[in-house]
Amino acid sequence: MYQYSDFDRDFVQARVDQFRAQVARRIDGSLTEDEFKPLRLMNGLYLQLHAYMLRVAIPYGTLSSAQMRQLAMIAERWDKGYGHFTTRQNIQFNWPELGDVPDMLQALADVQMHAIQTSGNTIRNVTADHFAGAAADEVADPRPVAELLRQWSTDHAEFQFLPRKFKIAVTGAPSDRAVTAAHDIGIRILRGEDGEIGYRVLVGGGLGRTPVIGKVIREFVPGADLLPYLEAIVETYNLLGRRDNKYKARIKITVNETGLEAFRAKVDERFALTRARFTGIDQQILAAIKAQFPEPAYRRLETGPYEAALTTDPAFRAWTEVNLAAHRQADHAIVTVSLKAPGETPGDATAAQMRALADLAEAHAYGELRISHEQNVILPHVPKAALPGVFRALKEIGLATANVGLISDIIACPGMDYCALATARSIPIAQEIALRFEALKLEHDIGPLKIKISGCINACGHHHVGHIGILGLDRAGVENYQLTLGGDGTEEMTLGERTGPGFGAEAVVGAVETIVLAYLDKREGPEETFLQFYRRMGIAPFKQALYPDAPKRERFVAA
Amino acid sequence: MSKPFTPKVVTANSLLKGDAVWLTEDDGWSPDMHEAELIEDEAHADLRLLWAQSQPHLVVGAYLADAKAGPMGPEPTHFREAFRSRGPSNYPLGKQAGTPAVEA
Repeated sequence: MYQYSDFDRDFVQARVDQFRAQVARRIDGSLTEDEFKPLRLMNGLYLQLHAYMLRVAIPYGTLSSAQMRQLAMIAERWDKGYGHFTTRQNIQFNWPELGDVPDMLQALADVQMHAIQTSGNTIRNVTADHFAGAAADEVADPRPVAELLRQWSTDHAEFQFLPRKFKIAVTGAPSDRAVTAAHDIGIRILRGEDGEIGYRVLVGGGLGRTPVIGKVIREFVPGADLLPYLEAIVETYNLLGRRDNKYKARIKITVNETGLEAFRAKVDERFALTRARFTGIDQQILAAIKAQFPEPAYRRLETGPYEAALTTDPAFRAWTEVNLAAHRQADHAIVTVSLKAPGETPGDATAAQMRALADLAEAHAYGELRISHEQNVILPHVPKAALPGVFRALKEIGLATANVGLISDIIACPGMDYCALATARSIPIAQEIALRFEALKLEHDIGPLKIKISGCINACGHHHVGHIGILGLDRAGVENYQLTLGGDGTEEMTLGERTGPGFGAEAVVGAVETIVLAYLDKREGPEETFLQFYRRMGIAPFKQALYPDAPKRERFVAA
Repeated sequence: MSKPFTPKVVTANSLLKGDAVWLTEDDGWSPDMHEAELIEDEAHADLRLLWAQSQPHLVVGAYLADAKAGPMGPEPTHFREAFRSRGPSNYPLGKQAGTPAVEA
């Protein structure tokens, strides 16, 4: 894993010290809230419905055991004993008091972490495939590039006041697990004709109120050109992006209003300038970063105990069937630890769970953990021989739920239980759906199905790309939920289609059940997934099931 | 024609703790919405909001929220304000941990 250089350490420490002084000046009255707000946002500190919220970056989703233990310590000492992992590989603490935040930032800096640029109109935490460095299908580990981007974008003088926030994701595998097409810039590592590493660059993707799938601005950017090319994109956006209207300020609007061809031409013009500025130092830095992401010294253990447990322990077997992914080493596996036990809050982990996960990673996964945008924790490299023991340990801390990729593995934003921007709650809907399908005992029959819930139009819960998407709105003072179907967040990104009028909080779980039962009733067989069924049949059978009296209802709404 | 005025309370988040607070009749800030001043007059509401905004050493983001009279004092009329008055629904944290919940 990457270790901070002296420069990184000094910079992060200086920010902690600055913020400590800024908080003191806010509390003694020398700074007004208008003066303080941009300063606190630059350091990830929001003010939410019930308290402040500190959003901490987990760059490219990678954590060491020591860092995870520190997050647990922070949760216990300055928060209420838990943390919430987000869809952008951050962790949010929901209850800090203002005066404690500098100490929290210091505790983060002590383990080479920070909350810098987790808010504001800057380049945000750079995210990556959570299976990075482990996935069997990977072309190259995306984390060194993501770390290079972190260093480049952190405190980049020109990009501190962009028209709007700016999100970058990197995948090193053809299976896009990083939702790159829904980012302002999406980067896909691939090999060129001569086998050299390069990057397909997508631009102008994003969800929110105007969902747009990222467009390929350049099919292949050679390795050495990546940073100057990205700088050219962000410079172009910085000049063209609209500052007159917050809702039209994201790069997706800039690209749409300018036209992809014209935008590309402008980027190419800038690129001629930026390329000349980069003298190769970035490549030297990248090489040094790469050296810090070595493969673990894999332990070669007989897989016998694993195979034996598969035959003797059906619960273990069921868990391996859905929570494991193929590792590039045949005697290892990638373990996804589900933070989605039915009835629990998606993405939340208690301090005790964080510590237990840190211990497990240390004992069995070379001290490494990942956080996925799907709000789960990954143990990226586990020898298969250790899996039965890992499963037993996870059971003891309530984290052995076998549901990854299934209907109860729901993405849910914090919604109106915490968020000041939310228009409705997300968490209770997620909890109720998971409990309902647990009671129905249908989850494994249903098979792969991704439900994603956002509590407002900003779409932190990625509802547009859920197989079933749920958007919570405030309709005349009552929580109301719109459903979309057929969304897909992978390399074949598709935006979901709205079913029709929304449902009240008391009816939305029933509506999801209706959708799922319609699929189960009409699918060709268990091998036809929900998404395949939707692509074959379209939305009509679901509309019919959801709104049997549709014509009457429409007349009623029109009146 | 402008909308008729509906009763309001002045609410904000406290500077240090960040929790929801309400302006009381005696110019204090209470963590309990029932203790808020229920404002029935529009001009008075504007004055009270201005006064609240002059308290940056105590509170952040003061605004007027709709409310109605209840047996214990002002009550929220919108679910957002109801959540602010009690806490999140996934854990017994926030105000509901200490004081009785306020129903919308």
